[in-house]
Amino acid sequence: MTKMDKASAFSRRSILKTGGALVVSIGMPVGLDTVLGINAARAQGVKPPLTPDQLSSFIAINADGKVSAFFGKTDMAQGLFTAIGQIVAEELDVPFKAVTVIMGQTASSVNQGGSSGSTGIQFGGKQMRMAAAEARRVLVDMAAERLGIPADQLTVSDGVVHAKSDTAKKVSYANLIGGRYFNVQLEWNKKIGNQLYAPGKAQPKKHTEHKIVGQRIPRDDIAPVVFGTMDYVTDVKVPGMVHGRMIRPPVAGATPAKVDQASIKGIPGARVVHQNGFLGVVADREWDAIKAAQTLEVEWSNAAPPFPDQAAIYDHIRKAPARHRKIEKENGNVDEAFRNATRVVEAEYEWPFQSHASMGPGCGVVDVRDDKVTVWTGSPKSHFCRDGVANILGVPVAKVEGISMQFSGAYGRNDAGDACMDAAVLSKAVGRPVRVQYMRDEGTGWDPKGPASIHRVRAAIDSTGNIVGYEFYSKGFSRWDVQTNESRPERTLAGHFLGAPLKSEDMFGAPAEAYEYANKRTLWETIPPLLDRASPLRTSHLRDPVGPQLHFASESFIDEMAHAVNADPVQFRLKYLTNARHKAAIQAAAEKSGWVTRVSPRKDQTGSTVTGRGIAYAPRNGTIVAIVAEVEVDRRSGKIWARKFTVAHDCGQIINPMGLEHCIEGNIIQGISRTLWEEVRFDRKAVTSIDWMTYPILDITETPETIDMVLLNKPDQPPTGAGEPSIRPVAAAIANAVFDATGVRIRRVPFSPDRVKQSLA
Amino acid sequence: MAKFALNVNGKTHSVDADPDMPLLYALRNDLGLNNPHFGCGLAQCGACTVHLDGAPIRSCVTPLSAVGNAKVVTMAGLGTPEKPHPLQTAYIQEQVTQCGYCANGWVMTAAALLASKKKPSDAEIKSALEGLKCRCGTHMGILRAVKRAAEMMG
Repeated sequence: MTKMDKASAFSRRSILKTGGALVVSIGMPVGLDTVLGINAARAQGVKPPLTPDQLSSFIAINADGKVSAFFGKTDMAQGLFTAIGQIVAEELDVPFKAVTVIMGQTASSVNQGGSSGSTGIQFGGKQMRMAAAEARRVLVDMAAERLGIPADQLTVSDGVVHAKSDTAKKVSYANLIGGRYFNVQLEWNKKIGNQLYAPGKAQPKKHTEHKIVGQRIPRDDIAPVVFGTMDYVTDVKVPGMVHGRMIRPPVAGATPAKVDQASIKGIPGARVVHQNGFLGVVADREWDAIKAAQTLEVEWSNAAPPFPDQAAIYDHIRKAPARHRKIEKENGNVDEAFRNATRVVEAEYEWPFQSHASMGPGCGVVDVRDDKVTVWTGSPKSHFCRDGVANILGVPVAKVEGISMQFSGAYGRNDAGDACMDAAVLSKAVGRPVRVQYMRDEGTGWDPKGPASIHRVRAAIDSTGNIVGYEFYSKGFSRWDVQTNESRPERTLAGHFLGAPLKSEDMFGAPAEAYEYANKRTLWETIPPLLDRASPLRTSHLRDPVGPQLHFASESFIDEMAHAVNADPVQFRLKYLTNARHKAAIQAAAEKSGWVTRVSPRKDQTGSTVTGRGIAYAPRNGTIVAIVAEVEVDRRSGKIWARKFTVAHDCGQIINPMGLEHCIEGNIIQGISRTLWEEVRFDRKAVTSIDWMTYPILDITETPETIDMVLLNKPDQPPTGAGEPSIRPVAAAIANAVFDATGVRIRRVPFSPDRVKQSLA
Repeated sequence: MAKFALNVNGKTHSVDADPDMPLLYALRNDLGLNNPHFGCGLAQCGACTVHLDGAPIRSCVTPLSAVGNAKVVTMAGLGTPEKPHPLQTAYIQEQVTQCGYCANGWVMTAAALLASKKKPSDAEIKSALEGLKCRCGTHMGILRAVKRAAEMMG
């Protein structure tokens, strides 16, 4: 379907009737490279509305023939924009360097969900591929009209449409449409976010025709980082801007009862903003804002300490009434299988609250004016962040512009969006643009957390050692105490402090493995949050939400089953799998690592340092990862060195192997960190993980010697995600390797030296 | 408030500020040098690292009053696209960074190491970089880049 505006709005020259379709808009030949250019053009009423059913919402050809790709997702630091540029360049038949990907700007892109669920390429790239293919189709049709040659006798090289038989018969994209907007309607599925899909009539290229997709193209944003010229959201400076800092209650749930404004009167320009439970300060200079926040004398309401002793957290989870119960999958008759079992194996695993602990604590800049609100944001979901600012201020979304900026890695719903909400409230109160950056203690002390949980797994084994029944049960805090974006006040700290209740929703999940046991049940239960208002232990999505904990349990337990029946862990897995791609990933990792078939644990080691190997595998939304970990355990100190990893990774078609390798390395390192070190500490009153000493992460002295990879490229398959899948099996691979080395099964994360030493004692 | 003459990346700047204010805020807000970054304000992560007379220091805890006449060099002053420091070149070639927020700590600390030690061993590199934080997990790339830079420096 194409859209026709009033004919009178078009100059004759710019209208081309192609197959009954009016395909070109009019307009001044403006440069579209920058968002500013787009605004200028729109002000002339030239651009079609910024809606998902318009091709112009995704692709524009500039006057010089260069391509702007407007992408409604963001890149949380893994170089996604390079892959998107490759996809767009490929479909349009332009050089890679001719494409600029403009990400996450609410003024120039539609809401494709931001960074979310490793869908940047899987969904976002799919849409950009379809849009670019449609743009090429439309341009070729226009050229057909212009050259008087049927479209099927034309081809495109480097942005020039020419006759297949005679390259002299040609017209460039720049000449056809450069500087004007497409006016082509797409078949939008009426969804926004990750599920947005709006193809045109064009079919994308066959993979055998790909020349740019699949190439190792380096990202070009490393140079500005190392030369110190990259602008992060933290670097935004707006005329008249003041600095804000927040004051959080010392006991979670307490509110400021009395605020002594006089206590900061010696600090130049310092002002208090106190609304309900919301308490912040602003000052012209950043250091003064920090001093004011530290100096301000506040009397807090008496609030009963809301948390259990940390040592009792797993008992709390076991005993708490389930708020919601969901059976994810059930086949066969599980209860009967257990009744008839020769033997039952059972184990329980525990996973702590974990923090995003972003390098840069949350930061945002908001300028609230009567006619317009601007938010400079490092939120992974800039469109939702814009919506949140509109909602917390009570202004129409159309009045708010979200400018997406580079920030430190988020790894899910971190505190970057919360900082924007705080800045919005402060800016409205003081009538100036406000920059808020949290201090370190807020960065780990108050970001949304990955939920703590327990996982009880049992297997029914028959007399011949076959698994005839299996049950995987999880119980924990929901992963959605606050939703995965900050679009509504009840999802934000500022909203909670202003009085919006925390609306915890029920969501957990089940392992994604594809083992085919005859009688199998997976289920989960969620429990209420520990505090029903602004809480430093409220949960939300942390990289691969609940994936590491579910597969820590399920992939540890399959080794426990293998051990119970004297089977090799690789062979045992393959026995229960039929999916060829799943089996191939496991076999590839095993083979590349030099896996020797035998039963765990090793029994040939003496001395204080022992070594072992372990395997784990997990699918995630179409991607399959298998990992072999090799570890050294110092039995005296309890220290684990995860020395070597071999990763087999199948995410369908690989767009950029270089980007993928870096992405996998980051997943493995962060996965080791979460397994060996990470646990949010808290006491009865508050979170006590408030810096890098109290929330330790993996140190460079502990990094592996080697991370080997087997990239299982499937060019004929659609690309799936890579941002999270390879973190998923890391904990279990390490746990299985530790068992292989020591004969001791560790079922609680993190495997800190103290805990390992205790387990080995 | 007091006046300070700061020598940063070869130029002298005058800053009027609280003597207790950490150097980081003068660099970022008074001098407009967007790197280094605030990461912790506690000297625990390294995102704010600059050189003070060639030695890597944490600008987030270094009060202005302690800077004196020392020469401050930020990552932006280490090299330029035209005349890059070998570490900057190696970082680009090895495609090290993800978000890049931590880069100051690693690059400036490694630059100080390589200035004093030719061809350091793997253990020496790791030991020099101990304690610096990178949340994206680019550690493997950092080590590759430091080794590559060491080779470039001969």
